[in-house]
Amino acid sequence: MSTLNSILPLRLEHVSYAVRGRTLIDAIGTTFQAGARTIILGPNGAGKSLLLRLCHGLLTPTDGRVVWGGPFAKEARKRQAMVFQRPVMLRRTAAANIDYALALRGFSGNDRKTRLSEALRNTGLSELANQPARVLSGGEQQRLALARAWSLEPEVLFLDEPTANLDPAASRAVERIIGAIHASGTKIIMTTHDLGQARRLADEVLFLHGGRLVERSPAETFFEKPRTDTADAFMRGELYW
Amino acid sequence: MTVVANAFGEALRLLISFDAELMSIVALSLQVSLGALLIAAVIGLPFGAALALYEFPGRRSITVFLNALMGLPPVVVGLFVYLALSRAGPFGFLELLFTPTAMVIAQTILITPIIAALTRQLVEDLWREYGEQLRSLGSGAGRAIPTLLWDARYALVTVLLAGLGRAMAEVGAVMIVGGNIAGFTRVMTTSIALETSKGNLSLALGLGIVLMLLALIVNAAAHLVRETATRQLG
Repeated sequence: MSTLNSILPLRLEHVSYAVRGRTLIDAIGTTFQAGARTIILGPNGAGKSLLLRLCHGLLTPTDGRVVWGGPFAKEARKRQAMVFQRPVMLRRTAAANIDYALALRGFSGNDRKTRLSEALRNTGLSELANQPARVLSGGEQQRLALARAWSLEPEVLFLDEPTANLDPAASRAVERIIGAIHASGTKIIMTTHDLGQARRLADEVLFLHGGRLVERSPAETFFEKPRTDTADAFMRGELYW
Repeated sequence: MTVVANAFGEALRLLISFDAELMSIVALSLQVSLGALLIAAVIGLPFGAALALYEFPGRRSITVFLNALMGLPPVVVGLFVYLALSRAGPFGFLELLFTPTAMVIAQTILITPIIAALTRQLVEDLWREYGEQLRSLGSGAGRAIPTLLWDARYALVTVLLAGLGRAMAEVGAVMIVGGNIAGFTRVMTTSIALETSKGNLSLALGLGIVLMLLALIVNAAAHLVRETATRQLG
């Protein structure tokens, strides 16, 4: 995607988030550029999901700033999407769930119809289009969530542990779709605690621990020889708290 | 015992003979209570949802107050409506006292808080589940109101039934503002009260049985709708 009409880079300036005096995200400063698939790794409670929500604007930092730095930063809200660990589907058909999102973003007419049918086709859901979304399997629902996000053609897609509740086959299907969304020009920022998945998907890794950004490295570097002991311990499964 | 046995006989006789007076009483009961339900739903559903979704100072006080209003004594509501509609009252010029319209007004006041309070709770719970996703898609609180009401539709059927049940069962308010005028403002509950005071216990009980039968039918129908729908739509 051309950087000329971009909302990226996304800059975190000293971002902290505290609840009742407990600091859950501690002064994180970093920048996300267009292109690379960024995987946020870390143990449970590291603050991965919180960080995504802060980036996406669902939470407001208690200190610091989240800044969209591209020339189209004003449109940032409309040009990003998020897929959650547990897909939230409305009580209507699969197709209607996507259509709802398209309507909210102001798409109409043929554009909306095309986006809808393409999103269904690209995620292998065309045949399930008229099924009620809530009776689909977990894997199908997550694919539907991806289809819904993809139909909006976001410039940035946040994914919060999208395969945490899925079996290996469904996880692979989700990973393949994420790859395709990336290939279509969308910046991927995703959390996971699944190292295998991180290896398969990551171009670069942000490693979080205890609410701090411990390490940020290109994927090869991180998985071959992490620069920090904490990340090394995490990779060996020896990071207990 | 004979009273009870006679009552069932009486109820059966009333039902089988399609007693014209009974039918008009049942019709008016349904008309008044369904009318009140309709108005209460139009006001209560969006109001309850808005109370759940918008954050503003005083929201908690309003919620507590609303919940308290669920326990409004029908007689007191009747009294207020009576005062408002009586000749000397602010709305006396409308000449609505002792008309079915007055009864609809009283029952609407009675059940709107029930529908609003229960809706608020339902929508608040639903928002906890959907909130992040809907906000992520770009929906604010206002846009989420119809979305959540529609997604809560099966649970809301139960809420509406609670309102209808309360309206059809109450006697105090319609007695005061309707006046229990035969053929004009007489409904099931006021006739039961009247027949009881006249000593026609079996007729009173017979009417009671018909009333309960009516409630049963309405609820069974709603239950069926809900069952089929949830099975199909998850």
